[in-house]
Amino acid sequence: MSDTSFTGRLRSFADSDLFYSFRRSKTTVIASIALALLVFFAIFAPLISPHDPFDIAGLNLLDSELPPSWLEGGNPAYLLGTDTQARDVLSSLLYGLRISLLVGFASVILAAVVGVFLGLVGGFVGGIADAIIMRIADVLLSFPAILVALLINGVMRGILPANQQDGAAIVVLVLSIGLTNWVQYARTVRGSTLVERQREYVQAARTIGVGPLRIMLTHILPNVLGPVLVLATINLGMAVLTEATLSFLGVGMPATQPSLGTLIRVGNEYLFSGIWWVVIFPSATLAVLVLAVNLIGDWLRDALNPKLR
Amino acid sequence: MFVFLVRRLFQAVMVMLAVAFIAFLMFRYLGDPVNNIVSQDATQEQREEVRQRRHLDDPMIIQYGRFVANAAKGDFGMSYRNSRPVSALLAERLPATAELVLVAALLSLVLGIPLGIYTALKPRGVLSQGLQILSLIGISLPTFVTGILLILIFSVWLGWLPSFGRGEVIDIGWWSTGFLTLSGLKALILPSFMLCLFQLTLIMRLVRAEMMEVLRADYIKFAKARGLRNRTIHFRHALKNTLIPVVTIFGLQLGGLIAFAIITETVFQWPGMGALFIQAVNFTDVPVMAAYLVMVSLIFVIINTSVDLLYNVIDPRLRADPTRASGRGA
Repeated sequence: MSDTSFTGRLRSFADSDLFYSFRRSKTTVIASIALALLVFFAIFAPLISPHDPFDIAGLNLLDSELPPSWLEGGNPAYLLGTDTQARDVLSSLLYGLRISLLVGFASVILAAVVGVFLGLVGGFVGGIADAIIMRIADVLLSFPAILVALLINGVMRGILPANQQDGAAIVVLVLSIGLTNWVQYARTVRGSTLVERQREYVQAARTIGVGPLRIMLTHILPNVLGPVLVLATINLGMAVLTEATLSFLGVGMPATQPSLGTLIRVGNEYLFSGIWWVVIFPSATLAVLVLAVNLIGDWLRDALNPKLR
Repeated sequence: MFVFLVRRLFQAVMVMLAVAFIAFLMFRYLGDPVNNIVSQDATQEQREEVRQRRHLDDPMIIQYGRFVANAAKGDFGMSYRNSRPVSALLAERLPATAELVLVAALLSLVLGIPLGIYTALKPRGVLSQGLQILSLIGISLPTFVTGILLILIFSVWLGWLPSFGRGEVIDIGWWSTGFLTLSGLKALILPSFMLCLFQLTLIMRLVRAEMMEVLRADYIKFAKARGLRNRTIHFRHALKNTLIPVVTIFGLQLGGLIAFAIITETVFQWPGMGALFIQAVNFTDVPVMAAYLVMVSLIFVIINTSVDLLYNVIDPRLRADPTRASGRGA
């Protein structure tokens, strides 16, 4: 236990129950490999992708609507075919994956920060602050998340001038998804804060005159963070899915800066011309991404904290 | 029971007032409503005059009161984009969404319960295992991807079913129905199946889990010992107790169906309220957004309250505990 060197930590992790249960679950291992690959592709999209989908000069309309390379008429230069604008499907897919994951991670972080903070305040301060936060949480929870996200999205579009909406699309998405999903974090953290507040170390800190904000952030926070990490993993799948849905509905990422959802929406318009590959590949990527994250989240929930079920 | 009823109704009214307040804030402060009434080159005096004539300079609380009073009468003003009364727009779109949601809800019950029973009675069967895997995939696939796949297979490749619109509709008074024509019914199949898929798998899993639980109970053993036939045991004794939670989940999920109809309506270009709402979000048509919000909230609150009350009637054990289940997430 006292071995804090990197290899020592690695070894103790390899011996841990968590890693054992990870190794035992084949689906989780496969899901993790799939997720790691997707994240890797997303991060290095500019290096990996064979073409630059945003470089208009590089497009040759003669190459438009090519099927995937293994089908008749396919061009080996375009592995997954091209769309109606002659953009390489694989390249736009990789860039789209990048945006989808970026929005997903950012909105999960936002939701966690907001939720943890409000949960800490509610649990620690109590009184009116707690009542207000929890009533808002109740109302939010009684509506489907997609509806709340759509509403926040609509309101923010209303605040922004029309010519800035496309540029701020990422921010609008992150805010609307993040501000929808904080409730679960707040509830969990509030519950554990109520317990921790009674503990002796908090009493001791109070006795020696530590301020409430400091007690919350440096004393209680580390002790209530465990379930938050599990929640964040589970929520990542949800966040990616919500982003894709909003983009698919046309109120998310614009076509000039497509995420996976935007690619599916744009491709869907050409479904009847028979160019299925423009829709199917982004859809499959999205499905694999969400499935992988959900499987890992479920496993983590079961392995770490059976009470969270 | 009476105290519970009053408290629950009071809660419902409070939620509705809160929702109405959010809708009012959007209505009043999301852009200057005066700008949406007067023409672009109106003078300052004209603007001021409109402001006074429409009572937009009254104290906020009075404006809010007026908003609630108007909303209760179904008056949400004019749509910015369509220049028509919002209530008329919504009323026109309501039948399409209502029929879609109704069919999807029925489908999820009619398919979900038998499949759940089957997988519970034969948990090791090949078909059951297949269904379990299929339901996992069904839940993991984003709903709009499922819809696109359905269109690709049944409309583009096989050409069996239409991929957009409601088909022919027949007007009965102000209600337009697609139930009475062949093309209307055909147009319903794909959208309602896409919409019900999540619910279907949920109900199937729920019935399966509950049924397996109930089948282990003592009274089932006694029923077997009494020599009752399997069918009597399964359907008369076990199923009854399985269905209590199904009723609740089904009620709570109805609200989810209405929200998810937004996505289905976009995929299948279904002329319902959800499509109207998406259009409103896209063009910041605030009156339509506000009206949709209030209307859907009202439906949610009515469903949630009646499910709570119903649950209390069905299952007396829960009367002591006021906490309740909530709807599904995204």
